Amino acid sequence: MEEKYIIEVNDLTIRFNLASEKVDNLKEYFVKLVKKELMFQEFLALKDINLKIKKGEAWGLIGTNGSGKSTLLKAISGIMKPYKGEVIVRGEIAPLIELGAGFDMNLTARENIYLNGTVLGHSKKFMDEHFDEIVEFADLHQFLDSPIKNFSSGMKARLGFSVATMVNPDILVVDEILAVGDARFRKKCNQRMTQMLSGGTTLLYVSHNIDSVKKLCDHAIWINKGQQMMTGDVNTVCDAYMEALEQDKK
Amino acid sequence: MDALKSEIQTFYKYKDLVIQLVSRDLKLKYRRSFLGYVWSVLNPLLIMIVMTIVFSTMFDKHIENFPVYLLTGRTLFEFMTTSTNAAMRSIIANASLIKKTYVPKYIFTFAKVTSCLVDFVLSLGALLIVMIVTRAKFTPYFFLFPLVVIQIYIFCMGLGLFLAQANVFFRDMQYIYKAVTTAWMYLSAIFYPLASLPVQLQNFIKTFNPLYYYIQQFRDFIYDGRMTEPRVFIMGWIIAFVMLGIGTWTFKRSQDRFILYI
Repeated sequence: MEEKYIIEVNDLTIRFNLASEKVDNLKEYFVKLVKKELMFQEFLALKDINLKIKKGEAWGLIGTNGSGKSTLLKAISGIMKPYKGEVIVRGEIAPLIELGAGFDMNLTARENIYLNGTVLGHSKKFMDEHFDEIVEFADLHQFLDSPIKNFSSGMKARLGFSVATMVNPDILVVDEILAVGDARFRKKCNQRMTQMLSGGTTLLYVSHNIDSVKKLCDHAIWINKGQQMMTGDVNTVCDAYMEALEQDKK
Repeated sequence: MDALKSEIQTFYKYKDLVIQLVSRDLKLKYRRSFLGYVWSVLNPLLIMIVMTIVFSTMFDKHIENFPVYLLTGRTLFEFMTTSTNAAMRSIIANASLIKKTYVPKYIFTFAKVTSCLVDFVLSLGALLIVMIVTRAKFTPYFFLFPLVVIQIYIFCMGLGLFLAQANVFFRDMQYIYKAVTTAWMYLSAIFYPLASLPVQLQNFIKTFNPLYYYIQQFRDFIYDGRMTEPRVFIMGWIIAFVMLGIGTWTFKRSQDRFILYI
């Protein structure tokens, strides 16, 4: 019997156009076309990544800045299409949207909860049912009807986290956003994530904080410049990564 | 066939998002204005008054009930420009969302055109008021006007989708389109009678200006109170669906590359 994987990434390659100057208007396009300067400079953000994730596992994605961690998350979430290879996902994905990205600054917290929830693909009815739960967790009762633009970044992070995690998604994607928020809320978030993990949610976690990766995750993948360096047990991979960082410094 | 079925299923899943986006647009538009929704009616009324003062002396001999003539053309044209302009920016404006979550991208364009449609229907109140005040004749044909609204809605959806995807790759599309709409306005016989143009130009407009078909139908139903020519009626539907086809095709073809440009 073949094992069922919730996420399967096979030979994934993602290609960007790294032209020195981005041509994003028609005028320049024609000028360059006439001068024959239109070129396509290939850049592979990810090269032949293979990853098989089982239900309930927690994976940390580590690597230096610009190594392709976020690109991998985007490919898994379906935001980016693979250039080569394939990504198979069997379940619902809840991405933790970057601070404020899913929010409209002019709307109130109440309206934003509905907007953000529907962006994640929930119905209005579903949001009605879970509204109190979200507000409870975010702890923002008294600010429900003020526009989000008056919120601090920590408050926005709280709201975003609450909306994304109140459903039990099959896969939770967290892209280094929990650095904000006070200690109490961070603790609450970690508890929630651990709780979700024991409930069978699969976690994809990106962070530069190796300690938190070690604490939350049981597996890790280390990506360096688009190459898959190491995959496997979280401690082994993290230690190898730290060692490589140390050596770089010398 | 299966692809179409799954498309419809995804759309159904995100229908509440469309409702949220549309109500957001309307709320933000009217939230901080004292007169609220009244602006939708008042704005065309004020412009109508200005234009009537300016133009009615120029064309008075040719056009009876100039205010209604003007408003029937202008509200339609206004809907076309505002909806397509908003649609054009819809993808760029929601870049942060599109980069972070998977949402069918056309939802944003669809929602923009739809919120402009709501606005447009509200602004028809102005037309109604003017018709009552100027004692324009009401005929049963008046009630056929929703047919025109549906046609132009489909047309604008198609044009909006086309512009939205083009604007992702070429940001100066906005400026080009602005020039296009200005020319388009003068070629749409909104504040002058079409008959005052040279015959060749008239024929040109009657053949190549898509808006001519919608404005003509709208005026036939509301202003003249008669059935429109079958040719105009049928062409109106054909153009609407052809535009929608062009829009969806170009949008679908390029939507996977949006992420690299926004």
